[in-house]
Amino acid sequence: MNTEAMQIAEQFDSAAQQREAATFGMWIFLATELMFFGPLFFGYLYGRTHFGEAFGAASRHTDIALGTINTTVLLTSSAAIASAAAARRLGATRLAMRLLFVTAALGTLFLVLKGIEYRHEWQEHLVPGLRFSFAPQYTDGAEIFFFLYFVLTGLHAVHLCAGIVLTLFFALHLRRENLLFANEEKIEIAALYWHFVDVVWIFLYPMLYLIERAGG
Amino acid sequence: MTIASDPEQNRANVPRTDEPVASSGSENYFSRDFSLKSWLTTHDHKRIALLYMASIIAFFFIGGAAATVIRLELATPQGDLVTADTYNKLFTAHGVIMVWMFLIPSIPSVLGNFLMPMMIGARDLAFPRLNLASWYVYMTGGIFTLLALVLGGVDTGWTFYTPFSTMFSNSNVILVMVGVFIVGISSIMTGLNFIVTVHTMRAPGMTWFRLPLFVWANYATSIILVLATPVLAMTLVLVGLERLLHVGIFDPALGGDPLLFQHLFWFYSHPAVYIMVLPAMGVVSEIIPCFARKRVFGYRFMAYAILGIAIIGFLVWGHHMFVSGQSVYAGMVFSLLSFLVAVPSAIKVFNWTATLYKGSITFTAPMLYALGFVGLFTIGGLTGLFLASLALDVHLTDTYFVVAHFHYIMVGGAVMAYLGGIHFWWPKITGRLYPEIWGRVAAVLIFCGFNLTFFPQYLLGYEGMPRRYHSYPPEFQVLNILSSAGASILAIGYLLPMFYLAWSLFYGKRAGANPWQATGLEWQTPSPPPKDNFDTTPVVTEEPYAYTPQITSGLVQ
Repeated sequence: MNTEAMQIAEQFDSAAQQREAATFGMWIFLATELMFFGPLFFGYLYGRTHFGEAFGAASRHTDIALGTINTTVLLTSSAAIASAAAARRLGATRLAMRLLFVTAALGTLFLVLKGIEYRHEWQEHLVPGLRFSFAPQYTDGAEIFFFLYFVLTGLHAVHLCAGIVLTLFFALHLRRENLLFANEEKIEIAALYWHFVDVVWIFLYPMLYLIERAGG
Repeated sequence: MTIASDPEQNRANVPRTDEPVASSGSENYFSRDFSLKSWLTTHDHKRIALLYMASIIAFFFIGGAAATVIRLELATPQGDLVTADTYNKLFTAHGVIMVWMFLIPSIPSVLGNFLMPMMIGARDLAFPRLNLASWYVYMTGGIFTLLALVLGGVDTGWTFYTPFSTMFSNSNVILVMVGVFIVGISSIMTGLNFIVTVHTMRAPGMTWFRLPLFVWANYATSIILVLATPVLAMTLVLVGLERLLHVGIFDPALGGDPLLFQHLFWFYSHPAVYIMVLPAMGVVSEIIPCFARKRVFGYRFMAYAILGIAIIGFLVWGHHMFVSGQSVYAGMVFSLLSFLVAVPSAIKVFNWTATLYKGSITFTAPMLYALGFVGLFTIGGLTGLFLASLALDVHLTDTYFVVAHFHYIMVGGAVMAYLGGIHFWWPKITGRLYPEIWGRVAAVLIFCGFNLTFFPQYLLGYEGMPRRYHSYPPEFQVLNILSSAGASILAIGYLLPMFYLAWSLFYGKRAGANPWQATGLEWQTPSPPPKDNFDTTPVVTEEPYAYTPQITSGLVQ
């Protein structure tokens, strides 16, 4: 149980009302975020239906080994932050702090691996606009595929950076025993955000790496 | 005349006008601190509403100035006042400023900000700091856009259609899109705040079906703001990337598809129409019952109709693309869905009319605006059905018929309601009454000027005059002169309230807590309200709009 006295902002009547508003606000924010990714998913759907073969051929050029490792890394990080939120709720603040550091570290590892992947794509002339060459019959479609690939993964990486800053922020507050600030509800809300970033990746992974890979 | 509820008489029921405001001894939100810092760092939703009001008025007159030059140019068939290029930049500036800097934030961010917490019996919005941040973000985006428009301008139209916007235009496309992107973030902040506030901050007894329709309307608007605005934001990002990197996603020469852009753009921009008109409907639903002294007819249907419009509004964007080459079947579905939006809209018009039936009506200035709204919205809505018809749209698309149609909804609808709302709640906001006679004069002037400006444009469009040209064949001149003449009347109508409202701030009669004898929690607290809105949290025990019809006035003929 959370034993510290809650700070209640003046517009709220009770801690419960404040908690409900904060959590609900995060859900609405995530709905906005989802719609922000929306045009990219719609563009992908459009490209996949109009340049099906080119999208298939292009997706075979993504780095499936690193992509799969990264999927594992990110899912593990979500487990870590969920455990951190649970630990904070139970009052195990040291454990919560360590788990938040683990989460941030896994997030950073994801970004490093993603960077290595980007370097491979640069070397293989897969960066649209700047350095791109592809089998001529598929050039148009493949270029759109890689355009969407970079915008989608890039936007995802930006969100992940924000998540890392957020988790480190709460981890440092917990290390300084600033318990009133880094309370259970805020960490719970940070975890919600982290899970959202994770869920986006769960959709990106099959879309960008797995389509048309079945059967070799 | 046998109308009993004359406003003068109403005022006699409240504290004498020359007495000080009955504000329970404490200071109000306005008088507690006059310093500039206290305004720029305020978390009070009422003060933030006034910050928004001042900025929005400024943008309205800047956008109006662009329209003035457009109407002057169109007074003669030759393009003699400005060059074609400047003309393109003028109507783009007019559209961008009026849509994103004025219409979208107008009612929600000013009246909604001021009234939503009071109407549900709360001390403030759920996230006051986010509310203040939204104003700063709005100002940043607004000024940024304005600078980009003034120092160079954009010639794409407010719709940024590709491939012109990505490959051919040599104007400040990216800068203006960055500005619009930033303003969009402010819209999302406001929408998020309203949704959470309505869900979590209602006073005891304030159930969902006791919410005033103004709250329902802003709630539905907020859902659209939160779900549609990010789509526009990402679409603008993609246009920017295509323009910078020359990667094809919208440009056919690079393997992209301009139709994809139009899908994404209108997925936001059609619901944006409902962002503008739903809050206007909310304002009208408050004014009409008050000055008809009757419960609003079919309250639940009104609430459901608001949600219906918001939901169906998301599914009709394709009617902007009937002639853009989308599939015929898609066109047929979008046409059908567009006709369906007319159903909840008509329910609202019928219910307002039924509310008037056997009411004891007073023609105060807010009521004149509200009645004007109902009439003009009906005309604008019905002509919308012309445009939703697949075959007829081929003839009317990209003509002045379209321009007339959406100005009837946005200016005749949204701006009329905004002004009506400003007059209706002026006593609450400022504690002073505006001069009633001037209010009525301005309302009538705006109604007449508006119709003279825009009705001829229906005829011009029907006769085939295309929009967005700075010159036209001489046979269209008579109707264009009528339109420009109407615009000058409209301009006077819009300037008038600036003067008498400002005058009333200092010399207006003191308004009591409830000068209109209106229901609704915002009228149960002093005018201007104290910082926390209510001395004690109100408890709601009855349905909204508990007006009692004054039977005598209905019987004595």
